[in-house]
Amino acid sequence: MYLVLFFIFGGLCVAGALNLLLQRHPINSALSLIVVMSSLAVLYLLLGAEFLAAAQVIVYAGAIMVLFTFVIMLLNAGKEERTHGSKAAYIVGFPGAAALFALLAFIFLQNSGHLGQVRLGEYLVTTGDLSRVLFKNLLLPFEVTSVLILIAILGAVALARKEH
Amino acid sequence: MVPVSYYLILSAILFSIGLGAFLVKRNIITIFMSIELMLNAVNLSFVAFAHQWHQVSGQIFVFFVMVVAAAEAAVGLAIIIAIFRTRNTLNVDQVDLMKL
Repeated sequence: MYLVLFFIFGGLCVAGALNLLLQRHPINSALSLIVVMSSLAVLYLLLGAEFLAAAQVIVYAGAIMVLFTFVIMLLNAGKEERTHGSKAAYIVGFPGAAALFALLAFIFLQNSGHLGQVRLGEYLVTTGDLSRVLFKNLLLPFEVTSVLILIAILGAVALARKEH
Repeated sequence: MVPVSYYLILSAILFSIGLGAFLVKRNIITIFMSIELMLNAVNLSFVAFAHQWHQVSGQIFVFFVMVVAAAEAAVGLAIIIAIFRTRNTLNVDQVDLMKL
């Protein structure tokens, strides 16, 4: 049952990512990225990370992708055209990515004996566990990220503003 | 029951697709989206390792990656809007000069 769930949502992830790669219109790529992120949220839930699953749906599939689709519609982005530079990228890009995947898969399969098994409900991190670590041991990094977010908002407003 | 290595291989697949899309795509918004895909792939491996070692720190790391990715998306899309306003194109091959 667990294996079936993993393969359904893992397959959805890979299909969405391939669709992102193959589609030529940015809006189709953005919608397939939403599929990838939503199915990743289910995989997080299967791994016992319930807070991260919720945050994945709200922050990634919600906020960030809405921002992306908003910008695509704002700039009226059309189909991408093939140019001279993209031929070299085809020649170098796909074998390079395939080589990286082959290397990583080889390492993971070779060491799969040392890695354990995932059982459903064996290890569950609740929001309480996560927040205890976050607000006790890592309070300073947490506060620093809030400053980072503030600077990012100011930077976004300053960059996107119309110059007179 | 699923081996942890399956999750890591899925993460490697997503990362490689993101890397390929990053190199092949010519639209600046799609390139930015493939960066997000690579970040998500790494997040998946973080959560898988957090489950493997029964440590919360892996999930904390994913939380910080999400925060930084949100900030990055806001600033990056603002830069894309600024580029489109000055050059009227989203093709990265035509954005090869620092100054107009």
